Amino acid sequence: MLRFVPIITIAFMIGPVSAGLIGTLLPAFGILPALGGTEPGLDPWAALFAQPGIWQSVRLSLVNGLIASFVSVAIVMLFCAAWQGTRIFRAMQRILSPILAVPHATAAFGLAFLIAPSGWIARLIAQFAGWDRPPDIAIIHDPLGIAMIAGLVAKEIPFLFLMTLAALPQADTDRTAQITATLGYGRIAGWFKATLPRIYPQIRLPVLAVLAYSTSVVDVAIILGPTTPAPLAVRILGWLSDPDLALRFMASSAAILQLLVVVVAIGIWVAAERFIALAGRQIAANGQRFRHDGGVRAGSAVLAGLSAGALILGLVVLLIWSIAGFWGFPDILPRSFSLRLWQREYDAIGSSLVTTLLIAVPTVVIAIVLVLGCLEHETRSRHKPGRGAIWLIYLPLIVPQISFMFGLQVFFTLIGLERTLISVVLSHLVFVLPYVFLSLSDPFRALDPRYGQTALCLGASPMRVFWHVRLPLLTRAVLTAMAVGLAVTVGQYLPTLLIGAGRFATVTTEAVALASGGDRRMIGIYGLLQMVLPFAGFACALLIPAILFRHRRGMNAQNRG
Amino acid sequence: MRSRMRAFVSALALATGIATASVSLPAYADPAPDVGNWQSVLDQARGQTVYWHAWGGEPRINDYIAWAGDQVFERYGVKVVQVKLTDTADAVTKVLSEKTAGVNDGGAVDMIWINGENFAAMKRNELLFGPWVEETPNFEYVDVEGKPTVVNDFTVPTDGLEAPWGMAQVSFYYDTAKLDSVPKSAQALLEWLAKNPGRFTYPQPPNYMGSTFLKQILTELVQNPKVLQQPADEVDAKAVLEPLWGYLEDLQPLLWRNGQAYPQNGAAMRTLLGDNEIDIAFSFSSGEVSSAIEAFELPDTVRSYVFDNGTLGNTNFVAIPYNASAKAGAVVLADFLMSPEAQLRKQDPQYWGADTVLAMNKLPADMQEAFANLDLGIASLAPAERGTVLPEPHPSWMELVETEWQKHYGVVQ
Repeated sequence: MLRFVPIITIAFMIGPVSAGLIGTLLPAFGILPALGGTEPGLDPWAALFAQPGIWQSVRLSLVNGLIASFVSVAIVMLFCAAWQGTRIFRAMQRILSPILAVPHATAAFGLAFLIAPSGWIARLIAQFAGWDRPPDIAIIHDPLGIAMIAGLVAKEIPFLFLMTLAALPQADTDRTAQITATLGYGRIAGWFKATLPRIYPQIRLPVLAVLAYSTSVVDVAIILGPTTPAPLAVRILGWLSDPDLALRFMASSAAILQLLVVVVAIGIWVAAERFIALAGRQIAANGQRFRHDGGVRAGSAVLAGLSAGALILGLVVLLIWSIAGFWGFPDILPRSFSLRLWQREYDAIGSSLVTTLLIAVPTVVIAIVLVLGCLEHETRSRHKPGRGAIWLIYLPLIVPQISFMFGLQVFFTLIGLERTLISVVLSHLVFVLPYVFLSLSDPFRALDPRYGQTALCLGASPMRVFWHVRLPLLTRAVLTAMAVGLAVTVGQYLPTLLIGAGRFATVTTEAVALASGGDRRMIGIYGLLQMVLPFAGFACALLIPAILFRHRRGMNAQNRG
Repeated sequence: MRSRMRAFVSALALATGIATASVSLPAYADPAPDVGNWQSVLDQARGQTVYWHAWGGEPRINDYIAWAGDQVFERYGVKVVQVKLTDTADAVTKVLSEKTAGVNDGGAVDMIWINGENFAAMKRNELLFGPWVEETPNFEYVDVEGKPTVVNDFTVPTDGLEAPWGMAQVSFYYDTAKLDSVPKSAQALLEWLAKNPGRFTYPQPPNYMGSTFLKQILTELVQNPKVLQQPADEVDAKAVLEPLWGYLEDLQPLLWRNGQAYPQNGAAMRTLLGDNEIDIAFSFSSGEVSSAIEAFELPDTVRSYVFDNGTLGNTNFVAIPYNASAKAGAVVLADFLMSPEAQLRKQDPQYWGADTVLAMNKLPADMQEAFANLDLGIASLAPAERGTVLPEPHPSWMELVETEWQKHYGVVQ
């Protein structure tokens, strides 16, 4: 029975993605009967490359995605290296985990208001500088995309930090730190030379997922990114929304181009990894101690704190917006407050939360069951999935949503499951499975096999070993994976809207629709609402193990994954 | 290797199995209602649920739609569910993908709030049900003579495929507390901007508000405005568009952010005005500005105005896709939306503030009075203040202008 779980999981993940990709590949080469496209050809590609600024858009997506990922990874690694085991580390853990519940768009809106020339920080400065008008500087929507990188980094740091946290206990970091300290290495140098090579392979998949996301992100790019030209993904969305239906062909070929951009980005990253590994080996063995790293240590804390602080401040500001009357430049606080909008939305809130849960709960439950099944099967058959399987798991994360949404819609319509809860859950499952797999696979695999072996020797059946030994030991990891899955499904917009055909009004579909109205008050209200469910999920992931294992010291956060 | 191959083939087989073995939901076949026989339409509509795909970015509009839904349910037993869109094109995509999949009946979209290029695209690709509009009871109140755009959507004849819902006219707005005088023509705008650089911008084409600004300028600068009513390929388009490009050359360096960044839609532009980043903005409805003031987005000193030589105006509509599941219900709903009662509430800035498509002289006396007594809102323009309404150019001009704009201004080096 367990043998079939990996196959079912793969079917759930690649079935829809392949169907969707075919549905995009065909129009990319001119075949879409509903629009009169029956002959294959390269016209859409010619039209695509004739678009003004197309290579600039491609370069923007590629370079900014790479920079954002590199900066996030660097800050997380530096911070872990500099502060692991200290109080600051634990404090950051507590601050960064809830931030995971913040949707990307909400975080971007908050940040946008903070740093804009008419934003909060500028208003603070205006008090002293005596400005009555905001300066005309392009901070948001700057042509280089630095604001977009900042927005991406602020959200990626908590995610990568969480992944690293899951990997750290498996790498025996405490003893390693003691040894490197004894040998005279500075904290950061010791960590980078001894622990990083062991941690990195475990967080490699999440890092590549982050890279794929940064290179193809849409909502953060719309809120913070350049507009002349916009990054490729944003332009694709524009072409797909264009009333001129003939542009759909070009949009499909652009979606394939976006896929290629992601592949190239991953290729560059992997090549860089090889290079750094080579260089790293030389540096690791050269004996340099780098003892005086106080400055870098402080810097890493400042950077990590800055990103978390900016995000939290952005959320606070959005909260103020949600109860604000008119709030003009250069007022630091609104001149009047009003709960009217909250009162008006009160009724709609309940039903949208219920609908969100109606989709989220089956999705997360099915996902965790499948993933646990796959991992358990792997452990029992002692058969690690090959690299092909790893890339299959990756597929939904690497292929940008835009690239296969149209095909997916057609697929579900063809099999008659459209507009049903089943189809929405299945389409969400496509995106939730990889994240749940990513967050659970390393803690699961890194679990000491001797526990299971001992239990088997004592006469327990494999099922008993799973339920009574392995699962309890992995409680925290499983709950965290479920919380990650919950956050992913709550944040889905395109699948719910397109495949649910508007029958399911979740918090996110409402939020995005209202965000198009531009009113920061509504953005504030719905952004905060979007956070409620994932926040609850992560809170459970923290509290339930703490309560269950309050009498077991060996199970507390420091010692277990 | 072999076991991996086996696994892959099994996965593929399973996926196919799931697909083919799935139980197909019965398509909700809905025969086309006979709009000439109104009672039969009402009978067919009773008990249906209409999924109305409409832009959901403005809570006041969503509230109005909810009210209309309640009314239609009480009176005719038709349930209305608003599917909130960020972009009308999402609904067009939905119908298109259904047509691709061969779903010619029982579709997901029953009604779309639509106009302009989206309508032209759906009409061209035969994605709409109809004609049905002119046989509905309330169509007799529509001001076909005084408002030609109710049957000509951006010069494309509606052919009874879409029911007029609201009128829109471009109006500009500004904060009277910050500005004393405002430019009232394209040339005056350029001169004003030279003295106040960076205090004006327009949404980035091909967003329809940005395109509208370009059309407005073009209509003012072109030698013979009538040439814009013809398709662009029938005249010397290059010569016609020259004055526009000359104007934009001068305008570009004076824009907000030096034209390196643009707001992405009308709402973003309104936010810029509220943030004091720009001094003048524009919208399709002065009632919308009053609504924005009520919603605290703008200070209460903001007022609207029009250009001396007139501004562009158009109509927005509701249309029914060819494969809708609840065609009768949608027809009943559309008819209600054209009723004097619904139009009155729509024009009331307390609820929405958009202009009516009805002719006052066709209404019964009590409705005429009700319309006359409406308090239009502090930033709304009274009918007398509207000035001339200029007709929209043929859609082909817009496509041409948008493509050229992208080349010259869409990419900043």
